[in-house]
Amino acid sequence: MLILDRLTKTYDGGTAALGEISLRVNAGEVVAVIGGSGCGKTTLLRLIAGLERASSGNITLDGEAIREPHPAIGFVFQEPRLFPWLTVAENVGFGLAHLPSAQRRQIVETALMRVALDAYQDRWPRELSGGQTQRVALSRALAAEPKVLLLDEPFSALDALTRANLHEHLLSLWQAYRPTLLLVTHDVEEAVKLADRVIVLQPRPGRLFAEIAIDLPRPRDLLSAAFTQAKGAVLDALAMATEPVRIAG
Amino acid sequence: MVELVSAIENRELVSAEQAPSQGRTGHAFLHRLATHPVSLGLILPGLAALIYELAFRLGLVEARLLPAPSHILAALYNLARAGDLAVHVVATSLRVLAGFAIGAAAGTALGALTGSLQLLRRLLDPTVQALRAIPSLAWVPLFILWLGIFEASKIALIAVGVFFPVYLGVMTSFANVDRRLVEVGQMFRLSHAALMRRILLPAILPDYVGALRSGLGLGFMFVVAAEIMGASEGLGFLLVDGQQLGKPDQILAAIVAFALIGKAADYLLLTAFTPLLRWQDSYGRAREAARIAQRRRRER
Repeated sequence: MLILDRLTKTYDGGTAALGEISLRVNAGEVVAVIGGSGCGKTTLLRLIAGLERASSGNITLDGEAIREPHPAIGFVFQEPRLFPWLTVAENVGFGLAHLPSAQRRQIVETALMRVALDAYQDRWPRELSGGQTQRVALSRALAAEPKVLLLDEPFSALDALTRANLHEHLLSLWQAYRPTLLLVTHDVEEAVKLADRVIVLQPRPGRLFAEIAIDLPRPRDLLSAAFTQAKGAVLDALAMATEPVRIAG
Repeated sequence: MVELVSAIENRELVSAEQAPSQGRTGHAFLHRLATHPVSLGLILPGLAALIYELAFRLGLVEARLLPAPSHILAALYNLARAGDLAVHVVATSLRVLAGFAIGAAAGTALGALTGSLQLLRRLLDPTVQALRAIPSLAWVPLFILWLGIFEASKIALIAVGVFFPVYLGVMTSFANVDRRLVEVGQMFRLSHAALMRRILLPAILPDYVGALRSGLGLGFMFVVAAEIMGASEGLGFLLVDGQQLGKPDQILAAIVAFALIGKAADYLLLTAFTPLLRWQDSYGRAREAARIAQRRRRER
């Protein structure tokens, strides 16, 4: 279980990015974090990733305190961030340097097969499309079999069709590896389509505003009444969370 | 979706293969000659030489100061036949090679340190920049006092010339490595050494080649300075010798030799790094790939 306990982050300049955030995420759960700009969504992920230190509060994964990058925690960034000097296969195997090469090749092949890119093993990243590079990035993060995968708006730069395609890839990967997914997004439909639970954040500083459970069976029918209703609930919460605060006079 | 994309790619390939080859064979040969980078590069100097040769033959220019291209070639040929040219070229090349190796190694090592560690940059870089502001030739008297008038002082001067552009290039390209790629390395918990080897060094490689090339260029500049100031062999010696004996054709022959070995050295350096830079996604490379593909298609 991933536990965030009264987490805050204030940057050196005095900007409070995160107020107090406490959250429990069960193993294998898919949680979407949604909110407008200034909610500290990205900051939250970077704290869990160990790329930044919290100003106060604790993060624990299965009882172990997280203060720096941990092998059980993977990250998929907003941009694919592939290494342009490595082939697709070498990129996917990047975090597996400690394994013998035969085993590494095996894992890489399986990981690429799962995102339907096994035919592209020896290509350079520059030869791939935007959706393909992000699939490689997903494979790279999952090849190391992390317990928790953090996703920072990884589909936001893609067109609608490619994005829907990647959602399917992500769900099938999740079914194969069963990691905990913590997905930051600003796309309500994406959140409701993928997550077991949607966390709505409130801006300046980022705080928890609402928590909405999505009890819909997978695969989810985007046109069903239940889906539309869940989407409506998240939209309402989001609207309330980002409404400008009126100063009583 | 994936199938659809590859189907489109395949169709494009097929239609490209089926395209009829353009023009007749002779036409294609002329076209290839005209578009080949080497033959194209020779047009301007060739034309200039031809025009000057003509002007010379027609008596339009003073032969004593600027000899005709044919005379320069003759001087080169005579030097080569007597075995002198090889001696001078080898002497100069070895000096550049030694100075370049020392200067580039020192520049790379120090640039990597100051580029990747901020503390060292603050500590060392101001001093290095101050030294860089000194015109390198100002060191000559000191080097001669310290190292004597023979090879050591010449090589030291060349090494100093090579050091600064390499140092500056390495340091700035380290500082410019994409932070986002470094973060990926951090997520995989790379040690400092692994980060250097697996991310920082490959990332700076294209800039590094550029820095080495400008270092090499300066190396050739300083070998001339070193050899003009006193040497018994080397292309720089040929220059001074030609001046003292009033032989402009020998001076020009040495200059031509400089141009040729400088270009050859640069080409060798670039060729050595090309296999390591195949991944680059740049305008020049895309054009190159398109050109090769086009040629293959025509040959088929």
